[in-house]
Amino acid sequence: MSADALAIEPNVGSRALTPLQVRPEVEHSEAGSTTVLGFWIYLMSDCLLFAALFATNSVLANETAGGPTGRALFSIPYVLAETFCLLLSSFTYGMAMLALNTGRRSGVLGWLAATFLLGLCFIGMEINEFHRMIGEGAGPDRSAFLSSFFTLVGTHGLHVTSGLIWMAVMMTQVALRGLSATNSTRLMCLSLFWHFLDIVWIGVFSVVYLMGSM
Amino acid sequence: MLGKLTLSAIPFDQPIIMGAVGFMVLVGLSVMFVLTFLGRWKWLWTEWLTSVDHKKIGVMYIMLAIVMLLRGFSDAIMMRTQLALASGGAPGYLPPEHYDQIFTAHGVIMIFFMAMPFLIGLMNIVVPLQIGARDVAFPFLNSLSFWLTVAGFGLVNVSLGVGEFARTGWLAYPPLSELQYSPGVGVDYYIWSLQISGVGTTLAGVNFIATILNNRAPGMTLMRMPIFTWAALCSNIMIVAAFPILTVTLALLSLDRYLGMHFFTNDLGGNQMMYVNLIWAWGHPEVYILVLPAFGIFSEIIATFSSKRLFGYAPMVFATIAIAVLGFVTWLHHFFTMGAGANVNAFFGITTMIISIPTGVKVFNWLFTMYRGRIRFPSPVLWTIGFMVTFVIGGMTGVLMAVPPADFVLHNSLFLVAHFHNVIIGGVLFGYLAGLTYWFPKVFGFRLNDTLGKCSFWCWLVGFYLAFMPLYIVGLMGMTRRINHYDNPDWYPFLVVAAIGAVVILFGILFFVLQIGFSIVQREKTRDLTGDPWGGRTLEWSISSPPPFYNFANIPVVYGRDAFWEAKRKGLKQPSTALRRIHMPRNTATGPIVGAFSLMLGFALVWHIWWMALVGLVGIVLSIIVHSFNENRAYYVQAEDVARIERLSSRLLAH
Repeated sequence: MSADALAIEPNVGSRALTPLQVRPEVEHSEAGSTTVLGFWIYLMSDCLLFAALFATNSVLANETAGGPTGRALFSIPYVLAETFCLLLSSFTYGMAMLALNTGRRSGVLGWLAATFLLGLCFIGMEINEFHRMIGEGAGPDRSAFLSSFFTLVGTHGLHVTSGLIWMAVMMTQVALRGLSATNSTRLMCLSLFWHFLDIVWIGVFSVVYLMGSM
Repeated sequence: MLGKLTLSAIPFDQPIIMGAVGFMVLVGLSVMFVLTFLGRWKWLWTEWLTSVDHKKIGVMYIMLAIVMLLRGFSDAIMMRTQLALASGGAPGYLPPEHYDQIFTAHGVIMIFFMAMPFLIGLMNIVVPLQIGARDVAFPFLNSLSFWLTVAGFGLVNVSLGVGEFARTGWLAYPPLSELQYSPGVGVDYYIWSLQISGVGTTLAGVNFIATILNNRAPGMTLMRMPIFTWAALCSNIMIVAAFPILTVTLALLSLDRYLGMHFFTNDLGGNQMMYVNLIWAWGHPEVYILVLPAFGIFSEIIATFSSKRLFGYAPMVFATIAIAVLGFVTWLHHFFTMGAGANVNAFFGITTMIISIPTGVKVFNWLFTMYRGRIRFPSPVLWTIGFMVTFVIGGMTGVLMAVPPADFVLHNSLFLVAHFHNVIIGGVLFGYLAGLTYWFPKVFGFRLNDTLGKCSFWCWLVGFYLAFMPLYIVGLMGMTRRINHYDNPDWYPFLVVAAIGAVVILFGILFFVLQIGFSIVQREKTRDLTGDPWGGRTLEWSISSPPPFYNFANIPVVYGRDAFWEAKRKGLKQPSTALRRIHMPRNTATGPIVGAFSLMLGFALVWHIWWMALVGLVGIVLSIIVHSFNENRAYYVQAEDVARIERLSSRLLAH
């Protein structure tokens, strides 16, 4: 029983809590750190989704079934240009966040528009690449290697597309309602999402394109 | 216009299926009739379907689970009767193509649409109350998760009457599940129902982690959390880590089926072993996702009804974390026989055996909690003791099969089937039913009838042993799983006993349904006016039953483990600060609307109705965008209203 009594000394670790320190009500608005934490956790799940796709791609990388290999298909300069579109868009998004921190709505909107255009450019180049490959008879149904290539790159592309839709909605909301607390939190989440897609793309570029064309 | 869907998709010539469909339609119509008769449609919509209250969402999850328990059990008893009849060359009454759908549907329903909603429902109800929160971190997301689960549930049930379900076994291994060998819509129903509800589960996992990390009452450090909340935290971390793998696996299978890709096909470089690896990299963690919270429930129950604090809280927490981590490195033991090689098999055999150590720690902790406690024996405790005995047996057969050479003999036999039912019924199901009985008075304000609960328990326990111990024996005798009929006369008596066991379990279920109905009728006699019907230890018992919709008028301050028990013992009062207005989320119809569009999308994809799929997809995206423009999502409950509700509940508590 004495052990029992010891365990419930009325301090909270080193910080004694007095009744006055009762936390004010938990807010259920979207603004705030809980949303960002939740979004981080979601991103981790998304990260595992990509991890599974990368693993699939690694397993099937050599299963070309007599069809074209990565070496024959990939044009590294083209993909490098694509990559720079996306990397640059991460930079412009960073500028949008700086504008947010100084409260300049027009700056946010301008940099978001630049990010949107660069993202659109990236998606356009990707679609063009897919179109070319399918036209050459190297579509996703040609071999297991190509299935995994189209799926991994395409999933990333779908994410970027969702990011673009989100960005368009975000720009409308910022234009209508300014840099409210809700909008700031959402811009923060979209920023995390956008940089996350950038990091995934660096993985795609290295593992799929560079290693695939060696 | 309607893709592959024609009138011939409805199996009019199958009396069993049409009977089941007729029964479901009848039940649905009578529910609708009662709602119309009582004029309760508006009430249903505003109070329940659009609710973002974690308690109501939890109740709806569990109702879904109970409906699916009945359906999954009908499949089970059909299989057992089939095998009791189909001996010595007799065909039985279920033709193979129907039997194959039944065992597939049984597994899918019991894991995805019974156990998972039951689990998420219990976590919804209990976790915010245990940590002293007013709701989960993201109430709307919670509603959305629920309605995505409902969409998956809808798709599985539609498959009964329109088309067919998969005939592939519950994990749909390729190449059998590829278009070449399963050209029908069964596998597509399987894929989309799991895909849609799986997204819901992942979002629920995100929500609960954020809730537990960010919404705890002041003073509740991680090592002061109730043990069920700990188990829920570990389980949800596993959900977020494992479910994306399921999403990918099913997506790759659907790409094979819809776009002619070659991930798992026999030709052009496909690799079916990769599917088996991927699906079990999700599937094995899934087992622990289900059972860890059940362990948490038993821990709460055994401490409460022994009137003692839980023996070995810290080892219990670390054992839970250890199981959550180790659960990710054992998946290969599901296919030792597929030729990964001796060293790989040895590695996974050893990791599997290691898991039994933290599990054993837990069993000893429960036993020592009971040791010299003042134990009471209402039905939750019976479930717990029944679990401890049954689960240890199931665990030992599991360790036995973790030895690769033994597994080569037992693989794919009924011994395996007996093993996993032993741990899933004895662990997961007993746990959830115990939890349901234990927390029922908190949610509804009255206790369940204990006598009927005990009847249900004994039928389940005896029925379980009758139904599954014979399966261990026929498994050792060489009977493989998933067979439709057999010639070996030696198996026959055991399969008859197993069928009798299933009938005894049926009585367990009937008693359970009866218990709920009877308890509702008799509710005035078992009304819980104290808010603390069992002599509870954790915060959920410190407020009235049922709790006000905002749970806690003042967020409690926590000074140690078992916060409420210590407060009672030492006569500690919560600081009586003045009541303040409370910020609460508003109900929203976006959840049910997105759920309806998801159901439409899933159905359209199953039947290749592309325009409808487009409508569903655009509907989902637009609903979310429209919702994002609604900033009027929360409101204040004014201090005087809080005071009025609190006066009402404290008058009840003073009784």
